[in-house]
Amino acid sequence: MTVEFEYNELRQILTVFLCGEIDHHSAVGTRSLIDIKINALRPVQLVLDFRSVSFMDSSGIGLVMGRFRSMEEIGGEVIIANPPSFIKRVMRLSGIGRIARIVDTLPPINNSNNKEEQNNESTKVPQ
Amino acid sequence: MSQPKYLNELKTSFPSLSENERLARLIAGSFFSSLDPLADEISDIKTALSEAVTNCIVHAYKNHIGRIELTLRILPERNIYIKIKDRGCGIENIGQAMQPLFTTSSDEERAGLGFAVMESFTDEVVVRSKPDRGTTVILKKKLCAKENSNGR
Repeated sequence: MTVEFEYNELRQILTVFLCGEIDHHSAVGTRSLIDIKINALRPVQLVLDFRSVSFMDSSGIGLVMGRFRSMEEIGGEVIIANPPSFIKRVMRLSGIGRIARIVDTLPPINNSNNKEEQNNESTKVPQ
Repeated sequence: MSQPKYLNELKTSFPSLSENERLARLIAGSFFSSLDPLADEISDIKTALSEAVTNCIVHAYKNHIGRIELTLRILPERNIYIKIKDRGCGIENIGQAMQPLFTTSSDEERAGLGFAVMESFTDEVVVRSKPDRGTTVILKKKLCAKENSNGR
């Protein structure tokens, strides 16, 4: 799997676009990439965007739980954005919604309709 | 032996390397594609299988690489059967291991949801295990009846 980062400096929101398959194998490298960004930017909000995730087992829940802890340490929150229906089922089962808000309506990538989004500084980091 | 009770069968084995989690899902996805399952059904099967294979890698063969045996069967009336077998450390207390959120893993990011996902995404999960001998997990699921007027 690959991850792409987008940081909104004004609002201090770090968005992580997860892409591909999340399993135990792929989660290990991905989580450290995200933690490096969290530590460097110290955002107030971490948005994990699942729209391009084609597969996820419970390792994805571990990935969210771990990032929740990373964000908790710096006093920030985690948002789960745009999970496809098959991912929502794993999330519902895990009760992850108790620690991270699940949001379906975030604007798509490169959407310039939202003025605030225009301030985004995009960094693409292929894994 | 008389006639086999299954319509098709695939047996394979692979070392407990984490990249083989994906391989197992690809094999199962290909094998069961002849049944033309719904996208949700194939996703359920892959998710449950991925949990079982991950358990072999993370728990059964925690400290070494061992072999994972995978058996896939298509049974009559769109029933599918998946067996995941290891010869690893085994499970002391199966009931406890199957409790949601229970994990013996030292990795803080293992959610302890493997068996809960398997049970939720299949119709039946059978677990047989002996300490130091290994564990066998059998997943069963009946696929939805196939529509005659299939536009695909």
